[in-house]
Amino acid sequence: MFRYMPVSAMIGLTLTGLYFLAAIFAPLIAPYGMAQVVGDVWEPSSREHLLGTDNIGRDLLTRMIYGGRTTIFIATMATILSFVTGSILGFLAAVLGGWADQVLSRMVDLLMAIPSLILALVVLAVLPVTVTTLIVVMGLLDATRVFRLARAVAVDINVMDYVEAAKLRGEGRGWIIFREILPNALSPLVAELGLRFIFMVLFISTLSFLGLGVQPPLADWGGIVKENKDGIIYGIGAALYPAIAIATLAISVNLVADWVLNRTTSLKGGRG
Amino acid sequence: MTEPLLRVRGLKIGATVYPPGEKPRDIEIVHGVDFDLERGKVLGLIGESGAGKSTIGLASMAYGRGGVRITGGEVWVNGRDILKAGLRDIRRLRGGEVTYVSQSAAASFNPAKPIMEQVTEAAISQGKFTRREAEKRAIGLFRKLGLPDPDNIGRRYPHQVSGGQLQRCMTALALCPEPDLVVFDEPTTALDVTTQIDVLAAIKEAIHDTGVAALYITHDLAVVAQVSDDIMVLKMGNMVEYGPTDQIINAPREEYTRALVSVRQIEHPEKLHRQASPVLSCENITARYKGTKFDVLKDVSVQLYPGQTLAVVGESGSGKSTLARVITGLLPPSGGRIVFSGRELTPDLKSRPKEDLRELQMIYQMADVAMNPRQTVGTIIGRPLEFYFGLKGEAKQRRIQELLDEIELGKGFQDRYPAELSGGQKQRVCIARALAAKPKLIICDEVTSALDPLVADGILKLLLNLQKIEDVAYLFITHDLATVRAIADSIAVMYQGRFVRYGTKTEVLSPPFDDYTDLLLSSVPEMKLGWLEQVLATRKMESAGN
Amino acid sequence: MHPILKLVSQRIALGLLLLVSSSAMIFGLTEALPGDAAQAVLGQSATPEALENLRREMGLDRPALVRYVEWLGGIVQGDLGTSITNRLDIATSIGSRLSNTLFLAFWAAVVSVPLAIFLGLLAVRYQNRWPDKAISGVTLATISIPEFLIGYVLVYFLAVQMGWFSPLALINDTMTLGEKLHSIALPVAVLTMVVLAHMMRMTRAAILNVMQSAYIETAELKGLSSFDVIRKHAFPNAIAPIVTVVMLNLAYLVVGVVVVEVVFVYPGMGQFLVDAVVKRDVPVVLACGVIFAAIYISLNLAADVVSILANPRLRHPK
Repeated sequence: MFRYMPVSAMIGLTLTGLYFLAAIFAPLIAPYGMAQVVGDVWEPSSREHLLGTDNIGRDLLTRMIYGGRTTIFIATMATILSFVTGSILGFLAAVLGGWADQVLSRMVDLLMAIPSLILALVVLAVLPVTVTTLIVVMGLLDATRVFRLARAVAVDINVMDYVEAAKLRGEGRGWIIFREILPNALSPLVAELGLRFIFMVLFISTLSFLGLGVQPPLADWGGIVKENKDGIIYGIGAALYPAIAIATLAISVNLVADWVLNRTTSLKGGRG
Repeated sequence: MTEPLLRVRGLKIGATVYPPGEKPRDIEIVHGVDFDLERGKVLGLIGESGAGKSTIGLASMAYGRGGVRITGGEVWVNGRDILKAGLRDIRRLRGGEVTYVSQSAAASFNPAKPIMEQVTEAAISQGKFTRREAEKRAIGLFRKLGLPDPDNIGRRYPHQVSGGQLQRCMTALALCPEPDLVVFDEPTTALDVTTQIDVLAAIKEAIHDTGVAALYITHDLAVVAQVSDDIMVLKMGNMVEYGPTDQIINAPREEYTRALVSVRQIEHPEKLHRQASPVLSCENITARYKGTKFDVLKDVSVQLYPGQTLAVVGESGSGKSTLARVITGLLPPSGGRIVFSGRELTPDLKSRPKEDLRELQMIYQMADVAMNPRQTVGTIIGRPLEFYFGLKGEAKQRRIQELLDEIELGKGFQDRYPAELSGGQKQRVCIARALAAKPKLIICDEVTSALDPLVADGILKLLLNLQKIEDVAYLFITHDLATVRAIADSIAVMYQGRFVRYGTKTEVLSPPFDDYTDLLLSSVPEMKLGWLEQVLATRKMESAGN
Repeated sequence: MHPILKLVSQRIALGLLLLVSSSAMIFGLTEALPGDAAQAVLGQSATPEALENLRREMGLDRPALVRYVEWLGGIVQGDLGTSITNRLDIATSIGSRLSNTLFLAFWAAVVSVPLAIFLGLLAVRYQNRWPDKAISGVTLATISIPEFLIGYVLVYFLAVQMGWFSPLALINDTMTLGEKLHSIALPVAVLTMVVLAHMMRMTRAAILNVMQSAYIETAELKGLSSFDVIRKHAFPNAIAPIVTVVMLNLAYLVVGVVVVEVVFVYPGMGQFLVDAVVKRDVPVVLACGVIFAAIYISLNLAADVVSILANPRLRHPK
């Protein structure tokens, strides 16, 4: 399967891997404590503080590493939640059809009639903002997109002759979902997984920037922008580091997803 | 000697392929082909899929479809090598000197514009005619091609006319600019056989009347024999044989050509009923699809005896595939009953016992979508063994190998995926999957229509052989009368949801015929010169007689 | 009735239904979730009696359905309720902010729509060659960065370092159009970059899809110039998908506005909504949410109607 891998995908895979490793081992890599005040406000880059310090004198590199940990953790959990809910319900809607499909699909239509950010803001206006709340709200809102994709893919597969052949053989619903549909639906879903993950990173960063996401003193990339944005007017670029982090992560994941998608589109009816 | 209209020398065509998960690589699809075409003559290009015939046809317009490139050789049209010509010259060539008729007129017409605008476009933009002249010419062509209401049909949009009519409009489109050469690329392949004969006759007459030269590309030798002066047989991008139509049809020199000529001539004397009780008996079946007010099947009754083959013949929309859906239980009938090996089948698939499901198997038209692409051949054939007979491990492997031997695939196929098989091999695996259940009846739904003629012949011979060994009955659904002749013991002719004729093969295929069967039988192209004229003359006489 | 009229009116009816149900959903969400406006005003430490009093005063003790119907009836008549935090009439506060937001979105659309279509065409024209790759590279980058960061990057370089623009986009009614435009130049640039990428990618895909049709080959084989092939055959069929793309992205613009307004402290709806969420001012959140939803739904509806109208099969029935 890896006989031919374009350079872009290789770079993407490596960078994505590095980000995840940094997130997992943040306490080992970070030079200082997450909320530790170690210097003056907005110190420039120096040997002790490679990226300088932030608005209250914490080491910015440390904040970035821990921030990555929080952002990637929340985005990963929300992606998992959105995928599990979205794909299970999507497959069920496709295979069951009838009223179950109608109810689920209309509910999703309704949820998708309003932009996710607006809906998230409405919900966060009444719910206490905690990491769990954020994961659940983001995961469930995004599950609507996964639902649509999973359902569409499964509906396409469900009308294939090989599924009909399995039905004529007398196979049960379990065999049809897990042995006939799932193996063929996996590739497009995996490609989508990357895109949803990026979306989650952007989403949580946006919420934190608006002050409605991760709450201080916990660090996260969107929060770092919020904390340091006032420095920009004085020409201090501390708030821009997350831009580089988010962009490189998102582009890396995008490159991997593109590759997976290209592989699978030319794989129509091909081997696994 | 005068310069021929089209002279092709050493034509080589290449393409880039993108195998999944591998580096793209360049392949050659035509390996050096030579031919000449005189003004006003018709050359038939014939071959199976992958022979490179369409690619060669398009090369005469200096065009490569989707990543296809002309890599070598010369193509001379009207005394100049168009492969060396500039863009401006090529534009004058396309649509002016050489025009094109594609297989699917429905896709080749722009859905957003009326037919007339598209038919006259090339003639006007090439400066050959004024709009008024071009439209007059188009109306004349519509009339010549036998289109209804020729004065007004041009105002319609492509989706407002039928497939056969649109194919004629496409011919008018190609002839309107008064070209020297028309490339016909399988122009009748997508049509029903009774429509095909009319379109074919219209094309032939138009070619004759306008004196245009033509490249006629098809996989059907019987069709091309009706229209062409010369025939070139192609195989895998190489020329096999090239000569006058008469010689190719009546005295082919090459083995491959002989095989193509003798295709569809399997002799199969019908078997007599040996047993009194039928394996399948449909009694007064009526069926309609959910949400429609129209019966697709109307009061259909038919019997099929063990070890025999019943062919259900009909054109698209006749209801023949619906009959298969009703028998398998996918579409519960609104009336009538089905008795299968002595038991009455429940209308709905879900309530049928496993034994009924096992004894009634199905083979599909498109073998590549009838097999899960993520399962190996071993899994595909092994699943019914496991599911119906509980076979496991060694015993299952042995039986899979037996089945693979029966379908003449042999060893080493168990671990392959469907994508690694050829079209014919895929259909064989589907046959093995059906046989694995040890069924009494197999429904074969157009199982050979997606295959090349020679491969289809192999499948039919295999099915006949297996019938002898396994004593299984076939319900053979097809639109192709040659297939019917080759395999059936009894025949039911279906038209608009009814059986218009039903009996043993000899009875059905012997006169006197009813109108529809007569039309159907006489429309099937025969592998002999002058067949088309003969049929048309007979039809004319008959209609004059009435 | 002409089938197209029937389809369009069906689609509009569906849009209205969607509008009403989404208002119900927004209202329902704030009801069903733990905590309410009274709790939000008084905080977690409030005594039960104080809560009870405030609830009665705000009418929160009556059944949710009654309050929903009243609320919806109010909206239809232009009454959006009163803010909890400053007791001001919401409709009055929103009025000027909504027009500011629409002003911003309008200019972003004016810049981005023609630019996106032009770049999309350019990418198709030079498909898989360097202009296409350069365009898709840049758009990939802008898709990958959240809009607020694009905003700060622009502020950092163009406003702070170069001093060309103000880092804040403050506008008021006394300003001339030119002054206003100068003031909103940066937010417009950010919004343009954000929607441009999506719009251009989708336009490219829509045109490519049309270009791969068999009728384009027919046109090429008629010897038409590539310009004529695109103008006469690709364009009439690509127009509907492109308009759909534009509509969908304008809808996306509505969301982008929320964040961009916060970055530039622009006095619009987005800023207002975010402030209300932070202050837990539920009536304001509801009002803003419904307005955003309505704009979003109408633009989606418009996209659907356009694609129905552009379908030749529906326009010229058999």
